[in-house]
Amino acid sequence: MSEGISQADRPEVLPESAEQRDLFSKFDDIIQTRETLLASGVEDPFGLVMEKVLSPTRAICNGRDTILLGTYNYMGMTFDPDVIDAGKHALDNYGSGTTGSRVLNGTYQGHKEVEEALKEFYAMDHAMVFSTGYQANLGIISTVAGKGDYIVLDIDSHASIWDGCALGNAEVVPFKHNDIEAMDKRLGRIPEGAGKLVVLEGVYSMLGDVAPLKEMVAVAKRHGAMVLVDEAHSMGFIGEHGRGVAEAQGVIDQVDFIIGTFSKSVGTVGGFCVSNHPKFEILRLVCRPYVFTASLPPSVVATAATSIRKLMHGSNKRAHLWENSKRLHSGLRELGFTLGTAEPQSAIVAVIMPDLERGAAMWEALLKEGLYVNLARPPATPAGMTLLRCSLCAEHSAEEVEAILGMFERAGKAVGII
Amino acid sequence: MHRDEVDDRIRTLIEPFNKKNVEVGDETTFAGDLEFDSLTVMDFVAAIEDEFDIIITMNQQAEIENYGELVDAVCELTEA
Repeated sequence: MSEGISQADRPEVLPESAEQRDLFSKFDDIIQTRETLLASGVEDPFGLVMEKVLSPTRAICNGRDTILLGTYNYMGMTFDPDVIDAGKHALDNYGSGTTGSRVLNGTYQGHKEVEEALKEFYAMDHAMVFSTGYQANLGIISTVAGKGDYIVLDIDSHASIWDGCALGNAEVVPFKHNDIEAMDKRLGRIPEGAGKLVVLEGVYSMLGDVAPLKEMVAVAKRHGAMVLVDEAHSMGFIGEHGRGVAEAQGVIDQVDFIIGTFSKSVGTVGGFCVSNHPKFEILRLVCRPYVFTASLPPSVVATAATSIRKLMHGSNKRAHLWENSKRLHSGLRELGFTLGTAEPQSAIVAVIMPDLERGAAMWEALLKEGLYVNLARPPATPAGMTLLRCSLCAEHSAEEVEAILGMFERAGKAVGII
Repeated sequence: MHRDEVDDRIRTLIEPFNKKNVEVGDETTFAGDLEFDSLTVMDFVAAIEDEFDIIITMNQQAEIENYGELVDAVCELTEA
């Protein structure tokens, strides 16, 4: 699932209202919920502006010096000097943008170089770069699974996965989150001869929990399905080489497609798919979200390529990020907060709030303490939960993590949650 | 499978999800009358799928608004 904005990841069918006044009437409920929340006097959780960004872990937010604990900037690459230099060099030498599609005039040397870097990073034969991670899921899922094929996916999948299903013409079959047996049963009931694509995520971003990929990939393969794993939230620090949960669980060689993003550990923007499928390259001609959009600017692909190559040697940073995640998780639990997972499974630690009102109050109290986290609320969250989602960075110092725990303690007591 | 038998079995399955004890007839809608949210729909659909050993894809679910349509759809799927 995705960020805590006012939309469910799965597209919902909106109820028809008898007295519909115009096309915007369908948003009335959301407008009302938002107005009620803001009328209580809290700062708008979705209107935060970072006026100045000081480092991967600090910014001036709404006028305050703030520790950033909700940016997905897991490996802290955004201010890496080599990455910045590569971007500046590309701007000087290739200009500000490509003004073209990848299949027309939008493929520069930099696009090939970042695809080479990805192939090396994942040790895979093919890599295809999209303009965002959202478009990578949209493109691959809608193109690979066509009419008469079946997509079997986790009900807590990210919005980009659901939208990929909606864009294509395949039959869509969801199963209960991380439920191996439910997935197995549904695969077993698909008519013989139909094409099957199983779509999973390595780390689910709402609670920061990891999928049992080892078991799930084995089940998918037993049913003859192709497997796509979205590793957006694991690239760079889960698995020996940072290739993600599929690597950590020893099944990466059986995964047909890995989807990833440059907007998290890589520290810029863009999306990609890597694969060993021998016919993979044809997707460049038939995948509409790849063909019918402008390619990434040269500076972006240059920063991405440099960052990916540095991430290959990031084992010390990976180790520190894990220390941060473990310390924050155990510290918050000792303070009496309820967390999304019993053990730290990723760089996301989700703190479960009793309700939206107190969640928003806690979010605001933390911001006033000088800490930014993500407020995630229904319907984007599973089971109607309100969450304060913390994503750690390898650049958070051990002292910063202790400071963060102090802020949580004071804010939690002020709001009456602990 | 006869429609009455399908109807009987779904009626039993719907009970734990019918929190307000709404009287269920062919015209009863899931979103409106029974107030099913998306999570309830998932659990309810999963229960039916397991009971009849079928798949009701999201594409098919989109066509089903009321109880009668669900019974018809399950009859069709169990015949296939």
